[in-house]
Amino acid sequence: MTPVLQSYAETAGEDVVDQLRQLAARVRGLNVVHVNSARMGGGVAEILPKLVAFMRELEIDARWQVMSGSPEFYQCTKSFHNALQGKAVDVPPRLIKVYERTNAENAEALRPLLKSADMVFIHDPQPAALLKHVPDRVGKWVWRCHVDARQPGRATWRYLRSFVADYDASIFSLAAFAQPLPHPQYLIPPSIDPLSDKNVELDQSEISAVRERFGLDAERPLMVQVSRYDRFKDPIGVIQAYRLAKTFVPGVQLVLAGGAASDDPEGQAVAGQVQEVAGDDADIHVLLLPPDSHRTINALQRAADIVLQKSIREGFGLTVTEGMWKGKPVIGGDTGGIRLQVVNHHTGFLVSTPEGAALRTRYLLHNRDKMREMGGKAREFVRENFLITRHLREYLTLMVALTHGGGDRLELG
Amino acid sequence: MAGLSTANNGFSIKDCALAVIALGLRAQTLREFRDRVAGVPEACIYHHFWGRLLRPAFDEPEFNNDFASWARHGLHDHSLAERLAVIDPTDFADLEALRSELVEVLDERLEETDFVASARPGEEFHFSRSHIVVFDTRRRLSEPRELASVVPHLSAGSIFYHVIDARRRPPVRIDDFRAWLADFGETYAELSERLATLDPYFVSLTQLRRQLADICTAYFEEHGR
Repeated sequence: MTPVLQSYAETAGEDVVDQLRQLAARVRGLNVVHVNSARMGGGVAEILPKLVAFMRELEIDARWQVMSGSPEFYQCTKSFHNALQGKAVDVPPRLIKVYERTNAENAEALRPLLKSADMVFIHDPQPAALLKHVPDRVGKWVWRCHVDARQPGRATWRYLRSFVADYDASIFSLAAFAQPLPHPQYLIPPSIDPLSDKNVELDQSEISAVRERFGLDAERPLMVQVSRYDRFKDPIGVIQAYRLAKTFVPGVQLVLAGGAASDDPEGQAVAGQVQEVAGDDADIHVLLLPPDSHRTINALQRAADIVLQKSIREGFGLTVTEGMWKGKPVIGGDTGGIRLQVVNHHTGFLVSTPEGAALRTRYLLHNRDKMREMGGKAREFVRENFLITRHLREYLTLMVALTHGGGDRLELG
Repeated sequence: MAGLSTANNGFSIKDCALAVIALGLRAQTLREFRDRVAGVPEACIYHHFWGRLLRPAFDEPEFNNDFASWARHGLHDHSLAERLAVIDPTDFADLEALRSELVEVLDERLEETDFVASARPGEEFHFSRSHIVVFDTRRRLSEPRELASVVPHLSAGSIFYHVIDARRRPPVRIDDFRAWLADFGETYAELSERLATLDPYFVSLTQLRRQLADICTAYFEEHGR
């Protein structure tokens, strides 16, 4: 076993890594390409390099490509993103043209790789149209949807479906996100990498240093939400919840920590609004962090008493997984993939309003033993269900099924 | 039979996982639900009865199949939920017979209610099926008496594979433990009979493992072998 696989075996279990090797033996040497639209920022850009590196450890020839585009392209794809998550959006034909032209240009640049790949994973709507421009492809193409697409805007979905329908398979995080499509739709929730800077164990001194850097008082309770500045993450609702909680627990502090993803043009504007609502409250810390602040975020989550993710829509919510992995109960919005992770009274609480979040915050801060018990359960829940090893096992299963067929049963070993 | 060797070669312990595939079909009203249940592939019926056993959970499930659970929490129809929950899939010869019973219960409910119940948007039933992926743990048992010490430590996946999945596998369609014991002739007939009393449907895999372990431990303590 390589040293890297050994490290994962120590965290996730020897059997888990052995299962990965049994699956990988069926697809060893396969040429696999992942394409997305952002090298940094957001959950997809974080997990892809890890998945690719892990596949390479298992002797699969995997690589990661990032498409490029103009601000107009990202304006268009952000509209697609919003529409897929159910917001009424009218994408002007001018932007649609930019989308199609950008996909054509990227297809040209990536053609040698995409044409000959045994398997291509296209992540989210941004590169979805690449397939149309590689008619002489030889491998299987899979579209991976990372967003909450339970009720997509009809016009946008009709447009995107014209590309997606031609794929060999698609992947959604939850059954509720799946759509009528003429190919298999695998359900694969995403994951975190326990050995990454974002999730690795930290010394107490590093956590203290981060507290000091941002002026956080270790003696007073801390609520933390880590998220891009996006309206669907409801950062203003979090501030409302904090203000209500402060009437019950006067010493409470709040950190809203986020950065901008390069494919999200709305981030700055939302961050500005959040700053305005926070006003001059010295206990609200609105942090705009560079995209490589993984250890800082890790430390903030570990410094927290309670992690929040009060999203209104959420594809999965990896920050929920991260918080749980650090042994914190999570107060999360009752939506999307958060429902898969936050189990009421076990790993945290699902809430629908700032009032609900405030009440649950009060409950946890007044019941420290319960908080610790829930945090312990949350960490084990992640270990069993949401680590990269499980995620990779499901990707490998899909790859074996698509390349070898085999019906509803795959016997290994 | 898959995953097993003969008595001479021992018992090969397997593990498994399910890869879940959405059909992209949903039902919002009881009428839609009935029509979907009547037409989805058999594998979908199987998944919604048995797949929950391998899903992450903390509490004992309120209902033992996804259909009953949705009737209660999606349609808010308590009567229908109870009637669906009491259906034991092990009572039916095959999945088509199980589907017929489901449709019968749904038709009966449609006939006796004045309006067609409907779930709120966002609470529809989503139909799925699953692939089973079977792993070799590389652990082998050479003698049945080893079951008493090994069964308590088997993973949920191993219990699912050797007890639940085994019942689907031709030609014998019984759990793998009893299939193995049969290779020893009458020697372990009594143990096999005790294992046959287990009803795997109304318990979690953790409970099933405990019941299996208790039966094996008691048997070998009584028989001293």
